[in-house]
Amino acid sequence: MAKKYELNELEVWDGNMAAAQALRQADVDVLAAYPITPSTPIVQNYSKFLADGYVDGDFIMVESEHSAMSGCVAASAAGVRAATATSSQGFALMVEVLYQASGMRLPIVLTVVNRALAAPLNVNGDHSDMYLGRDSGWIQLCSYNPQEAYDLTLMAFKIGEDLNVRLPVMVHQDGFICSHTAQNVYPLQDEEAAKFIGEFKPVNTMLDVANPVTHGVQTEEDWHFEHKARQHNDLMNSFSTIKKVFDEFKDLTGREYDFVYKYKMDDADVAIFALGTTVESARIAADQMREQGIKAGVISLRVFRPFPFNEVAEALKDVKAVATLDRSAPGGTFGALYNEVSAALLAHGKNPVMLNYIYGLGGRDTTIDMLKEVYKELDECAKAGEAKYPLQQFLGLRGPKLAFY
Amino acid sequence: MVKKIKNLKEFSLSNDRFEGANLMCPGCSHNIIVREVLNATNDPVIVATATGCLEVCTAVYPKTSWDVSWIHIGFENAAVAAATVSAAYEVMKRKGKLPPATQKMVDEGREPKIVAFAGDGGTYDIGFQSLSGAFERGHNFMYVCLDNEVYANTGGQRSSSTPIGASTTTSPAGKVSYGEKMMKKSMVEIMADHGAPYVAQVSPSKWKDLVKKVQKGFEVNGPVYINAQSACTTEWKHAPEDTIEVSDLGVDSCVWPLYEIINERDEHGIIYNTKLNITYRPKNKIPVEEYLAAQPRFRHLFKPENRHIIDLWQKAVDTKWEYLQKREEAGV
Ligand SMILES: Cc1ncc(C[n+]2csc(CCOP(=O)(O)OP(=O)(O)O)c2C)c(N)n1
Ligand code: SF4
Ligand SMILES: [Mg+2]
Repeated sequence: MAKKYELNELEVWDGNMAAAQALRQADVDVLAAYPITPSTPIVQNYSKFLADGYVDGDFIMVESEHSAMSGCVAASAAGVRAATATSSQGFALMVEVLYQASGMRLPIVLTVVNRALAAPLNVNGDHSDMYLGRDSGWIQLCSYNPQEAYDLTLMAFKIGEDLNVRLPVMVHQDGFICSHTAQNVYPLQDEEAAKFIGEFKPVNTMLDVANPVTHGVQTEEDWHFEHKARQHNDLMNSFSTIKKVFDEFKDLTGREYDFVYKYKMDDADVAIFALGTTVESARIAADQMREQGIKAGVISLRVFRPFPFNEVAEALKDVKAVATLDRSAPGGTFGALYNEVSAALLAHGKNPVMLNYIYGLGGRDTTIDMLKEVYKELDECAKAGEAKYPLQQFLGLRGPKLAFY
Repeated sequence: MVKKIKNLKEFSLSNDRFEGANLMCPGCSHNIIVREVLNATNDPVIVATATGCLEVCTAVYPKTSWDVSWIHIGFENAAVAAATVSAAYEVMKRKGKLPPATQKMVDEGREPKIVAFAGDGGTYDIGFQSLSGAFERGHNFMYVCLDNEVYANTGGQRSSSTPIGASTTTSPAGKVSYGEKMMKKSMVEIMADHGAPYVAQVSPSKWKDLVKKVQKGFEVNGPVYINAQSACTTEWKHAPEDTIEVSDLGVDSCVWPLYEIINERDEHGIIYNTKLNITYRPKNKIPVEEYLAAQPRFRHLFKPENRHIIDLWQKAVDTKWEYLQKREEAGV
């Protein structure tokens, strides 16, 4: 038995410690991992828990992220709880196996500390890795601060392992701004956390020698399509389980989560739609804009995949101008948020002015003043009832202004 | 628990946990090797398989040829898959949470044997990193390389196991080429140098030798590597009914020497003693030419302008055979 870790009612943890503590409390059976900035401290903290007797399971320092995710797949198929952590290049190296994990319906938890993708090499936060995972068939949950990173990591196990879901889950936090910034966290005690998540429920375990099972088959044109469609169906339907788990968590802690995060959206004329730590800056910018008489709001996703299409449209139904902020180089089109939010609004017969800002790549600071500038541009568009600026701009880019459409 | 095997008839009929009626070519050695490995024990077996002929021919939904728990993830990760299943097993055993049927087996002294099967492509090339990592970490599992010296599943491209002079689809013999330019990697020695407690080379045609080595491997604690000669009727281009004969030619010419390397070591991987044993010594060591002549993949070597490659072959085989004998004599 692992030793009980004495926790204070209020701890001061950075995002990495928060994630590591949640992994420890989840009593992970096999954690296979490989270090990469900025998620390395998750693995280091976990190793120290193990060295001090607070972890009962196995911790395997493998020789690459490809093997880390492969190890998680094998352990999960063997019928035990498996998890890992990574960022950026490590995430990219895992991609092949991310699809294998979801296709094999294995409820692995991956804590992702978001970081830019090379080239050029960059260790700082942006959302390139998170976006790279968006078609991989995983549930993707977004946190903005260490408390949420902790909460969502605990919930990730309960969501993914639910028998109606049985899909792997990523929990995202921003590199450095969340992962390395110590903030207040109210943790659960070990027993409470264990009780909340519940025992791992093995399905088709390879370790049951009386019931041999074949994992990871070949399907060609005769079955592949049905398999992938079922998988998509269950991912789309996972909203009900996610909601159930969010509700149970609220009953336990009082902390409330929803598919879509909204700040002062009830009467908002203009809104910034962003993910991650930028949400916290945008809230301050919105407050300051309201002092100037502009009805500004902030909207974000708690659940990036599956994408809460209807809730997004509902939250934005009375807004006159929306700026989607994408923190990933879009590679020849609009940012993913822009495309997805536009589609949701269009499908619901809404046609606000939609602007797309690419920002914060490679950790470029995004200040409150910059966000206020965005609100001002939105305000002009809202008043004019049409786009007064190019549809795609780059926020905080040095040199000549770059814009498209 | 070591299984007692009396004769081939009994062996071939016992404990059928791998269905022979699968999609592999008639005369495929992969089939024979897998059956021999699984039949070497009556204990439960859990298998991981890399992408390749064995995998695509034995687990095509909704059918499976496997009556043991089996997993395939990808081409390059069979080693870490088996290693982590082994780790998961150890954790559950320690926590007392094994499924009841498995726990019962363990109580009877019949622990599950965890085996990875991969082709030479999945072993010598793309899976090498995962294999090396899993062996360094010392997990308790057996890794069997089904070495047909080519990427058979994808149509016969060269691998780093393809031997000199072989014509493959990416090292074809042609007007100005005799085919593959490099001799194959010494995988057995490479794996022994990882400090693995037991490493051996086998051929399915010498089934008793194979079974003995697999049984030895199952008794050892730690990672075990078995390099299995796997004559491939499709890519070596011999007739399906000649598989065993071609395999024997490989063994009797010492192109495919049968030997084992034992590293006596502790749980930290510190090696106190290393020993190499040759387990089969041909009565008449036949010329390499006879082995090459039996396989059309080497046919062009018999043209006058390519004959020197056959001489090179013979020299390479003699040198390796001498090296093995010297190591055996010296007890290192
Ligand atoms: C990452 C990746 N690269 C390439 C392939 C294509 N591929 C599948 S099997 C194979 C060759 C397998 O060769 P080998 O390991 O020698 O096994 P064999 O089929 O010869 O038994 C290749 C190239 C793949 N499936 N995955
Ligand atoms: S191509 Fe070769 S290895 Fe593949 S199934 Fe046929 S004989 Fe076996
Ligand atoms: Mg091969």
